[in-house]
Amino acid sequence: MTAEAAVKYVTEIPEEEVKRVSAWINTEEYKEKNFARQALVINPPHACQPLGAELAAHGFEGTLPFVHGSQGCASYYRSTFNRHFREPAPAVSDSMTEDGAVFGGQNNLHEALENAYTIYKPKMMAVFTSCMPEVIGDDLTAFIKNARNKGIVPQDYPLPYANTPSFNGSHVHGYDSMLLSILQTLTEDRKVEGRCTGKLNLIPGFDCNTGNYREYKRILKEFGIPYTLLADISETFDSPLDGTYRPYPGGTKLEDAADSINGKATLTVAPFASAKTFSWIKDNYSGIHASLPTPFGVAKTDALLLKLSELFGKPVPESLKAERGNAVDAMTDAHQYIHGKKFALYGDPDYLLGYVSFLLEMGARPHHILCSKGTKKVEKEIQALLDASPDGKGCKIYMGKDLWHMRSLLMTDPVDAMIGDTHGKFAARDAKIPLFRFGFPVFDRVNLHRAPLIGYQGAINMLTTICNKFIEVRDETCDDRHFEMMR
Amino acid sequence: MSEAPVKKVAGITKESTQAMIDHAMEIYPDKAKKKRAPHLAPNEGEGACVKSNRKTVPGIMSARGCAYAGAKGVVWGPIRDMVHVSHGPVGCGWYSWGTRRNLVTGVNGVSQFAMQFTSDFQEKDIVYGGDKKLKTLLNEAHELFPLAKGISVLSECPVGLIGDDINSVAKIASEELQIPVIPCNCEGFRGVSQSLGHHISNDTIRDHIIGTREFAEPESPYDIALIGDYNIGGDVWSVKPLLEEIGLNVKAVWTGDGELEKIAATHKVKLNLIHCYRSMNYMCRVMEEKYGIPWLEFNFFGPTKIRESLRKIAEYFDDTIKEKVEAAIAKYDPIMQAVIDEYRPRLEGKKVMLYVGGLRPRHTVNAYADLGMVVVGSGYEFAHGDDYERTSVEMPEATVIYDDASEHELEQFVDELRPDLVGSGIKEKYLFQKMGIPFRQMHSWDYSGPYHAYNGFPIFARDVDMAVNSPTWKLVKAPF
Repeated sequence: MTAEAAVKYVTEIPEEEVKRVSAWINTEEYKEKNFARQALVINPPHACQPLGAELAAHGFEGTLPFVHGSQGCASYYRSTFNRHFREPAPAVSDSMTEDGAVFGGQNNLHEALENAYTIYKPKMMAVFTSCMPEVIGDDLTAFIKNARNKGIVPQDYPLPYANTPSFNGSHVHGYDSMLLSILQTLTEDRKVEGRCTGKLNLIPGFDCNTGNYREYKRILKEFGIPYTLLADISETFDSPLDGTYRPYPGGTKLEDAADSINGKATLTVAPFASAKTFSWIKDNYSGIHASLPTPFGVAKTDALLLKLSELFGKPVPESLKAERGNAVDAMTDAHQYIHGKKFALYGDPDYLLGYVSFLLEMGARPHHILCSKGTKKVEKEIQALLDASPDGKGCKIYMGKDLWHMRSLLMTDPVDAMIGDTHGKFAARDAKIPLFRFGFPVFDRVNLHRAPLIGYQGAINMLTTICNKFIEVRDETCDDRHFEMMR
Repeated sequence: MSEAPVKKVAGITKESTQAMIDHAMEIYPDKAKKKRAPHLAPNEGEGACVKSNRKTVPGIMSARGCAYAGAKGVVWGPIRDMVHVSHGPVGCGWYSWGTRRNLVTGVNGVSQFAMQFTSDFQEKDIVYGGDKKLKTLLNEAHELFPLAKGISVLSECPVGLIGDDINSVAKIASEELQIPVIPCNCEGFRGVSQSLGHHISNDTIRDHIIGTREFAEPESPYDIALIGDYNIGGDVWSVKPLLEEIGLNVKAVWTGDGELEKIAATHKVKLNLIHCYRSMNYMCRVMEEKYGIPWLEFNFFGPTKIRESLRKIAEYFDDTIKEKVEAAIAKYDPIMQAVIDEYRPRLEGKKVMLYVGGLRPRHTVNAYADLGMVVVGSGYEFAHGDDYERTSVEMPEATVIYDDASEHELEQFVDELRPDLVGSGIKEKYLFQKMGIPFRQMHSWDYSGPYHAYNGFPIFARDVDMAVNSPTWKLVKAPF
């Protein structure tokens, strides 16, 4: 072979090849190949544990999230929250580099603790790990003990820490682990026999909708129930613009969190995002412990109100009864625009369960339900919801799948709309269906995190968004003869 | 219309700037103070006045990213016709998925692959290694995306720590699949910032790609490559037509909207034009040494620098190009003047502070000057000495220069200098807006753009005006 013959020229992909493959990726045949994947993951709609850990940390007063690991990780987590909330998200890392891999990360951790403590004056630093220290096996317990003994931070300074390996679970699990460590740290030696704060501890879980937190608080206020949210990110990630930058604009008071162990009751409304925490609470907290699904839709909100009424011996307030009626009124008024519509859903377990029950209440069909990171228990609970409704027939759950699988589902078995987060926008565009951004993160719309999805008000919000979009699509796509004044 | 940047700013002296720096560092523990001090200095007008490319001081709240970010987000990620695998746990690929705005041409999932591909490492992959999984997923990627021209394997932290051999897996796969499979050992713990990721990626282009293709059409003396433009908000689509208008053939773009085979044939061009020096000077040097291709840095921000750069580019070519350059300048000058006439009265004398990466902390200084604005502080997340040398001549005397600034330092400087605009990144944006200071993201053009070349300047001017003069700033202080 001559040298000439060996030359490889630049080639263009022929237009007909693009057309052929474009059509092929929409077929059943492609779907089968796609679902046969063993190793490659494409467009997964979940992040890694430390992201969730950072969110939990932001939910406490004066708390600085602290990443033990490479600095790039911290930048990634921070920018994710910056983009979703359009708010600051201060966090530090101890910038481990190659020598950390050899000698371990203790020196970095100690230097960073000293610097962050001095410069940013946090009331608490919540330490969590990214990949590097997890792989090399850093001993956080020892490192942190040594930091106290060396006087880098005061002996009694709250320094919760959690192992949050990225090669296990998702952001939801990292949230749980960090929250657990924070509560364990703050409540240590704070349990007083016979003492009762008279308060409800409410655990909202990994939830990036600040409106939801405010809605929980409003509902509790209507009831007249004193509460402590564990944890509360609503002020952190929806803070006023008034000319002053506050690095720690909100969060649950550390004293309240510490005293939460003496609460009258503890209620989680995110059983999957707080599984470890709740299990520990059951063994350690005073009062009654209860777990309810995230209150999406009327029935689950009813359950929340009944539970609150039962726990605190107070009747459901008239104002909330009226709100329920308003929601049912809105739902009935709008049902004709959503009844029978097919949806594709993806997201974190607690949210996903919420979408399913809300849609079934509206006579809509949660046709494709995809959970990229969830357990058999999640699947079982979703299936139970489907089985309990005639509209659940024929709906299918896909566990451990990603948004490239979802694309195949949309192209081979079409639906009317999708509910998820911004990452689904490519699949939605290909399928020519609307995407409702109720999940996390939302990078491409403004202010959505301010509108609650939980409670009766949340049901009205979701319904309004969905139905008006369907009506809009009809207005935009109908021919002139069918373009009319009323819808 | 020629606007040299202002060289002296009223009230800013070497002493005042040093006092500001000292004040910002007062709070630091001694060790941190000692480490940070060499990275902050008043501009000396020449040379690098600050130390750079050093390890970040732990815990100071740096804005830096990692080597993986430099490889995925900057060099490899924008190449549109390849599958880029984030090899390791799910996070890194998820965070960098669509978050750097390198726009691409083609059909998603068919001829362009701006998606998130990952090996999604689980505990067992850490324990037993991920090489087998990698081999399987490369086959799967090739089967599901048959039109992909190649696959890059971008290592995340665990891969290097557990001792996987992605190089041999890639080599075998490359032979079996008959497409380039490029292993890139860009683990996030390597180096001190994104910068090493750029360098490692340049090296992988050198080792695996360059020289493996040739252009099918005959060579011409006007063949050039556009290097270091990542098509943020469509920058390449603004620059390429302008270069074509002056008679050049843009044979390859590195790497915004890039195509693998064209990059592979770049050793056949006559001149490399480089915009982002920091991220791609390495390959320009390689192509110069190995293939004798000269390279030229240019600046396409704002009419003054565009004009200057076009004339510099023309110097490399014959009179036909020079004539076309003059014709282009004559054509665009009045259009640019109209833009300036519209916005300059609203922006005259306004102060700007910059903290970005790559090239912007120096390249945009004159674009602000075109609008009558003055940059009173500038710095980089991941620059080297040669970047600061290039910056000192652009910046006014004694203004503050900062390297790998902490959030605390930036906040202090901004609080003291009270600029009318800060141009930085998403992590800084909301902090300064809470302070009531107008802000534009200068990594991503704040989801606007393009900002490069003549099509970009009117958008840049509009965006700067929009930020500085938004009526919402008047509402910040409540009347009660």
